[in-house]
Amino acid sequence: MDQYLAKLILKFFHYKAPFLLLALGTAIITVAFVSLTVLFLIWLERKISAKIQSRMGPMLNGPRFMAQISMWLGGIFQTLWDALKLLLKEQVTPQNADKIVFWSAPVVVFTACLMTYVVIPFGPGLVVKDLNLGLLYILAVSTFSVISILMAGWGSNNKYSLLGGFRSAAQIISYEVPLIFSLLGVMILAGSLKLSEIVLAQGKVWFIIPQFLGFLIYFICSIAELNRPPFDIPEAESELVAGFHTEYSGMGFAMFFLSEFANMFVISALITTLFLGGWLLPFGLKLPSNLSFLGITIPYFNLFGSVLIFLIKTYLVILFFMWVRWTYPRPRPDQLMTFSWKILLPLSFLNLIGTSLGVIIWKI
Amino acid sequence: MIYKDYFYVVIFMFLGIIFVLGSIIFSKILAPSKFSLEKASPYECGEKPIGDAWVQYNARYYIFAMMFVIFDVEAIFLVPWAVTLKDLGIYSFVEMVIFLFILSTALIYAFKKKVLEWV
Repeated sequence: MDQYLAKLILKFFHYKAPFLLLALGTAIITVAFVSLTVLFLIWLERKISAKIQSRMGPMLNGPRFMAQISMWLGGIFQTLWDALKLLLKEQVTPQNADKIVFWSAPVVVFTACLMTYVVIPFGPGLVVKDLNLGLLYILAVSTFSVISILMAGWGSNNKYSLLGGFRSAAQIISYEVPLIFSLLGVMILAGSLKLSEIVLAQGKVWFIIPQFLGFLIYFICSIAELNRPPFDIPEAESELVAGFHTEYSGMGFAMFFLSEFANMFVISALITTLFLGGWLLPFGLKLPSNLSFLGITIPYFNLFGSVLIFLIKTYLVILFFMWVRWTYPRPRPDQLMTFSWKILLPLSFLNLIGTSLGVIIWKI
Repeated sequence: MIYKDYFYVVIFMFLGIIFVLGSIIFSKILAPSKFSLEKASPYECGEKPIGDAWVQYNARYYIFAMMFVIFDVEAIFLVPWAVTLKDLGIYSFVEMVIFLFILSTALIYAFKKKVLEWV
């Protein structure tokens, strides 16, 4: 992405941007992108849940002159006002809390989430930095969320928070194991950990077809990693109030919410990249690099088209996540653990052996 | 240059920290703040909190954490193998099946010892 940014700056300001400025620029663009995406996603979630439950969802909101516009757009400004409200709320720190741990938990949770955006490839060359170890890097960084949840649970000095934090940690680490094992199949087929190379390896056939079992395991595990219903035992409202973020108010709470949805976008983008062919069209079709239409040439059509394809696929995965969320009831903690260790883990072993055997036989 | 690649990661980390701290401090400036003992006491559904929350906790979580460490380290061993499997061929495949067999034995042992049962 920095090469495009450098080109833009050179074109408009006639200034050859130094490396540090480019890095900072991409980071700021990413933060803006994350915030906007999350605002949209929260609205989408509320709207979809409303549709599933035969309600209207958010419609009229905001000051009078904007309310009508908001209504025509289906209440799209709802999250904006929610964010503003949270900004103006008092931040209460519990009296007995470990203040440093309590306030550093939201920092860790959002930073870990933001760092995963470094390697997500939105299009050919449109990635902040295509690290060699991209996939491993994402797995490593996204696990930081466990630490932040434990920090929030412990730092609050609240019984519900502590219970939620422990449950969440147990759940996330249990589902981490089948998650990594299910991705080994993709690594075998792609022969690389670089995400752009994994996408290009799917030119002939998307990995969801040879890796369907791996995809299913990864999808289930990622719901558990995201702490989303039906696997939302750490923040089960009916038993634990709000789980690990019971004591957070105002911006602290907003940060947990923000990173939850930002994480959902990352996981969906990762599923798109690893299993659904990233920015590629199906059946090995290719986008033309410049589209001429009625004498008008659209430059960089390839780039914009790729990003569009990538976002469409990602949003389809997100819709699927939301559909699952509003459809299934919540299991008990022991059922959840049993499911991970006794069903998903052996299945992911089988998937790994099957994939490697297939690759070996294919070569012979 | 490899250090240049990871420099972006560091920049992202610092920007994330600045973004969160900045918005928290900004909100602290804007929002009202008035201390009261009732407000600052830990939430326990409206009752007066009983005792401290920092108590000794169920050891079951500890056992799951141990299992996680074991299996996660094994998974990390498998990553370089998985990436280079196409070049390594059948010999490495047999080796890895033996490795996975040992791993599954450990899992079955944990089953039999009822480590994975939740109370």
